[in-house]
Amino acid sequence: MRIAVIDESRARATIIEEGLRAFEGSEIFVLSERKALLSRIAEIEPDIVLMDLGNPARDVLEEYFAVSRALARPIAIFVDESDDQAIAASIDAGVSAYVVDGLSAPRIRPLLDLAVRRFHAFARLEEDLAEARGRLHERDQIDQAKRILMAERRWTEPEAYAELRRKAMDSNKRIAAIAEAVVTAHELMKGDQ
Amino acid sequence: MSEKLTIGFLPLVDACLPILARELGFAEEDGLDLELTRDVTWATVLDRLLYGHTDAAHMLAPLAIATTMGIGRPPQPLAAPFVLGLNGNAITLRTELADAVCPEPVLGDPAAVGAALAKQAEKAAANGRTLRFGVVHRHSSHNYMLRYWLSACGIRPDVDIEIVTVAPPFSADALESGEIDGSCVGEPWNSVAVDRGAGRIVLATAQIWRRGVEKVLAVKEARLTERSEAVARLIRAMRQAVKWLVDPANRESAAAILARPEYLDGSAEVIGRAIADEIVLGAGAGASHYPDFMFQYNEAANFPWISQAKWLYSQLILWENKPFDAADADRAGRVFRPDVYRQALRGTGDLLPGASSKVEGSIGGPLAVGAEQGRITLSANGFFDGRVFDPDEIEAYVAGQR
Repeated sequence: MRIAVIDESRARATIIEEGLRAFEGSEIFVLSERKALLSRIAEIEPDIVLMDLGNPARDVLEEYFAVSRALARPIAIFVDESDDQAIAASIDAGVSAYVVDGLSAPRIRPLLDLAVRRFHAFARLEEDLAEARGRLHERDQIDQAKRILMAERRWTEPEAYAELRRKAMDSNKRIAAIAEAVVTAHELMKGDQ
Repeated sequence: MSEKLTIGFLPLVDACLPILARELGFAEEDGLDLELTRDVTWATVLDRLLYGHTDAAHMLAPLAIATTMGIGRPPQPLAAPFVLGLNGNAITLRTELADAVCPEPVLGDPAAVGAALAKQAEKAAANGRTLRFGVVHRHSSHNYMLRYWLSACGIRPDVDIEIVTVAPPFSADALESGEIDGSCVGEPWNSVAVDRGAGRIVLATAQIWRRGVEKVLAVKEARLTERSEAVARLIRAMRQAVKWLVDPANRESAAAILARPEYLDGSAEVIGRAIADEIVLGAGAGASHYPDFMFQYNEAANFPWISQAKWLYSQLILWENKPFDAADADRAGRVFRPDVYRQALRGTGDLLPGASSKVEGSIGGPLAVGAEQGRITLSANGFFDGRVFDPDEIEAYVAGQR
């Protein structure tokens, strides 16, 4: 089975691709470039096309699947009505599937299920990453605030940190929020000098 | 407690009514908490509507009909109780082609531009080329209006001229790279092409059909039944929003809201021009005012006429080579829900047409028609070639176009 994964996010495409490799007898093609997309698909002649919902090329591709004579076999949106739940799950996960005419639902289901799981996994990964970035940014702000206090107040590092923590506790805020306020205030003052 | 309603939209100027209904507080005053979900393709706006991520959507009117009829996927009945606007699209040509078919930097005469374009198409064919036009979607008013105009000018779509789908944000690129020779797209995308020097606007779709139906608010039929009160509140809030929008004093505030990153994420200046029906036709030209460019409030412009839906059905069967079927025509017509519109606005003092269907394109000048209370004055609503569409004579109408 020839599977085309169209995703402008190269990282997500890789995660999907990796999962799909588990299917024996499947050949996977990843298309991350917008350029010459239609002609590449015509060359690949996929049986299944997986595409993320946010892909700006979706309308153009749907039209192509519906009317193109360049493809030997027409591709439909995955619309076997008995599989409505599967489609709903894929839409929830953020992936749309297009399947060549005549490919039976039992062959597609496991593939689609896997794609859905991989999409969810990627979304979780992104959340984790965003969280990690947030934490990194917070630590950065706290370090910067400490340096400012050390320079301005001639405090030691533990003293600067203790002061930030005291302020946070007094005002019922997170240390990172206090640190950010210190950094912002410092930047504003600098502008006056 | 206020009720929540989620609405999907594409970043286009005619998505303005649900956005303004939210931002100006009209929805909230009526106990409605509107949430807006932005996407980049109609396919995704439709998927979210069908699978319940959204309750309602800003949608191409023909796409609502095609979805109900089950073209390309199993049928899913949609309802359109509110027309978000009439027209608002334009035809932009690559500069050389525009210079050849419409030498003056003005909106051309549709018949004259069409005749000149027919010659250019012939010339291209003699050189082994086919002129190619981009539209935003196969099931769009843009596609139907473009085809109506071309065929009435003796140019056979799909034979003399190729028509392909190009996503609106890429249409300026496609004109610039020569991938397409012309496009029919909504604002702000014509202006983006003009500003970049990629092309010149030669016609507004309002010149093809002066009161052509464009986007609708689409709801799944089943959801409309479940959430009828919330939809009625939304309709009232959008009528208030549109009344506010067409007041020239509010143009700048409206443009500033729509231009925000979470909505259209574009230039407030360009959006403001579209709202005011001002278009800059070519690079370096001043703005010209064309009052019918996008029509949204007066003459009950938001009223969903069954005859509008039937016109769209007639064009759908014409261009997709489907036979006329009386039951299909009826089903397509019933996608538009004047009953829901009336019920929502009864008692608000808004003028409600007494009829639900009319002969499209038959009005030559101001005409007073019956309303539930008083009269509504409708102005000229013709097609450029003078044909009229009688919703009871679809088969003959389509035969006349073939």
